[in-house]
Amino acid sequence: MTLSSIIWTVVKILIVVGFIVNLSAILTWMERRQSAMMQDRVGPNRAEITVFGYKIRLFGLLYPIADAVKMFTKEDFIPPNADKVLHSLAPMLSLFPPLVVLGVVPFTDTLCLDNLHEVVQKNGVVASNWHFFSSWIEQPSCSLPGAKNFIDGCCVIGCQTAGVVHQPWAEHFGTCPANVAPGMIGAIHMQVIDFNPGVLYVFALAGMGIVGASIAGWSSDNKFSLMGGLRAASQLVSYEVAMGLSIVGAIMVYGTIRLDEMTRWQGDHVWGVFVQPLAFILFLTAAIAETKRAPFDLPEGESEIVAGYLVEYSGMKFGMFYMGEFIEIATSSALLVAIFLGGYNMPFLHRDGITIAVGDAVVWKQHIPHILVILMQAGAFFGKIFVLCWFQMFVRWTLPRFRYDQLMKLGWRMLLPAALANIFLTGVILIAFDRTGTEFQERMGVVGDFVNLATAIAITFVQLWIVIGFFGSTQPAIRRNAFNKRARSAGEIVEKALAS
Amino acid sequence: MSAYAPMFLLFAVGLLLVLAFFVGTSLLGPKNKGAEHQLPFECGSESTGGRHIRLSVKFYLTAILFVVFDIEAVFLYPWGVKFRSLGWSGLVSMLGFLSVLVVGLVYCWKKGALEWEK
Repeated sequence: MTLSSIIWTVVKILIVVGFIVNLSAILTWMERRQSAMMQDRVGPNRAEITVFGYKIRLFGLLYPIADAVKMFTKEDFIPPNADKVLHSLAPMLSLFPPLVVLGVVPFTDTLCLDNLHEVVQKNGVVASNWHFFSSWIEQPSCSLPGAKNFIDGCCVIGCQTAGVVHQPWAEHFGTCPANVAPGMIGAIHMQVIDFNPGVLYVFALAGMGIVGASIAGWSSDNKFSLMGGLRAASQLVSYEVAMGLSIVGAIMVYGTIRLDEMTRWQGDHVWGVFVQPLAFILFLTAAIAETKRAPFDLPEGESEIVAGYLVEYSGMKFGMFYMGEFIEIATSSALLVAIFLGGYNMPFLHRDGITIAVGDAVVWKQHIPHILVILMQAGAFFGKIFVLCWFQMFVRWTLPRFRYDQLMKLGWRMLLPAALANIFLTGVILIAFDRTGTEFQERMGVVGDFVNLATAIAITFVQLWIVIGFFGSTQPAIRRNAFNKRARSAGEIVEKALAS
Repeated sequence: MSAYAPMFLLFAVGLLLVLAFFVGTSLLGPKNKGAEHQLPFECGSESTGGRHIRLSVKFYLTAILFVVFDIEAVFLYPWGVKFRSLGWSGLVSMLGFLSVLVVGLVYCWKKGALEWEK
């Protein structure tokens, strides 16, 4: 490894780890505020710090900091009969995997540094002329009309046999225009770990979380803990099966297990959720179950087994489980985004800028500098993660807890057969599609463009909705007034009843 | 090997963070020693017996089913990657494998292995 690649790796690690650790802190705040909103109350907003005489509250955003201070200074309790090594190891085992899982997820397209500068000789000294905001990367042009269609990525390398699926486009598309000159830095793949296992790495690490929860339950010397640990192990392995099988369909369509290639495929065609809708729903359900949160919070089940495997934990050791849980929300959202929701891609945002095109007809084209495209992609990726986190919070505060037999029934008798059926259906449809002629595949490409158009419109509306909801809404005040009115009238009814 | 170097670097950063939390909470918190304080928590009632209680056999059954079906998933990944170049023959041969497992699943289902409560 060269020095620059080590520096870039460190920068990427800081981005990924910094992002999820901070996001998990924000998510604890979000959960409190969102649950408050859904239950028609204000929620915690009184944590404050005094800076130069000014009291700062920031809508309760200081609570995560207060939590951290409190957890670190709380007694670190280990039960006397507990297995001390395992009891200490368990929180580490459940925080570590979600921290590193995002290593294989690409958060933007390949950053082409060579494209941003040119090497010039000034008085015999080699120097770089940087031009960040004027350089873009040209899309490779299609020699085959309509070849940039639903399934084959042939167009990118200009091969003439549509319908025959090769993989080499994946090698070419993420690379930068060749520019061999002295002093060139190269192409930066915007994922920490650039290797082939991809999804296997994710599942290997996600499986480690089960070990953390179950040895926490076993080592605590408490019956509630033991039951919670058992429930956790049993639930997690059940949904791991459904999760693992649900993405096989997606792997068949993409033809790869590398997350960056999956994302690129979705950029070339349509988002995965449109070609694998069933797999998306299965994966989403299994992912929510894997985070052990309501409606799947049976391992904790506070009305039945107090707090399950967390009973004998306090201080930051409890905090590590808690943090791991919130980071898991973020990582499962990131995986869903990368596999099914286009990753960093936005409809019509290509490497050279925005090109709105349906079939062969280009409606609108706008070049955007490479660095801005990269920033927009990062914004899209992290924004999508945020929306999915919001969705998981929404589910958590909407649905009540399952019974354990319902949980097992959902996992083994509904998700698992559905995942197997999805594999079979995907196989038949894919083979039938590959057998169809070029004409049909071109037509499907146009359909894909229309789907992208619909996605773009939907995204615009969601953004408008968020902005209006955030800045322009008077709803909480109206709801509070209505609530007060109801409370008053209820009080009057009670008073009348008492008076009579 | 150089493809794996960033992974170890990431693991090192993750491990460092986790250890920092662990050491921080071990050092910063107060320590209380008292007989009452050390008892296992059981909602105020006295704890009887150890933690080694008999567990329902269903948990073992779930674990075994997990091993069967998760290995199946691992087997399906390389097949999925190469699926479109294999064509019909790939689908048919994998269907043979899958049908054996589906028969197994149906058998478990009929035997009541997937029923949590009877």
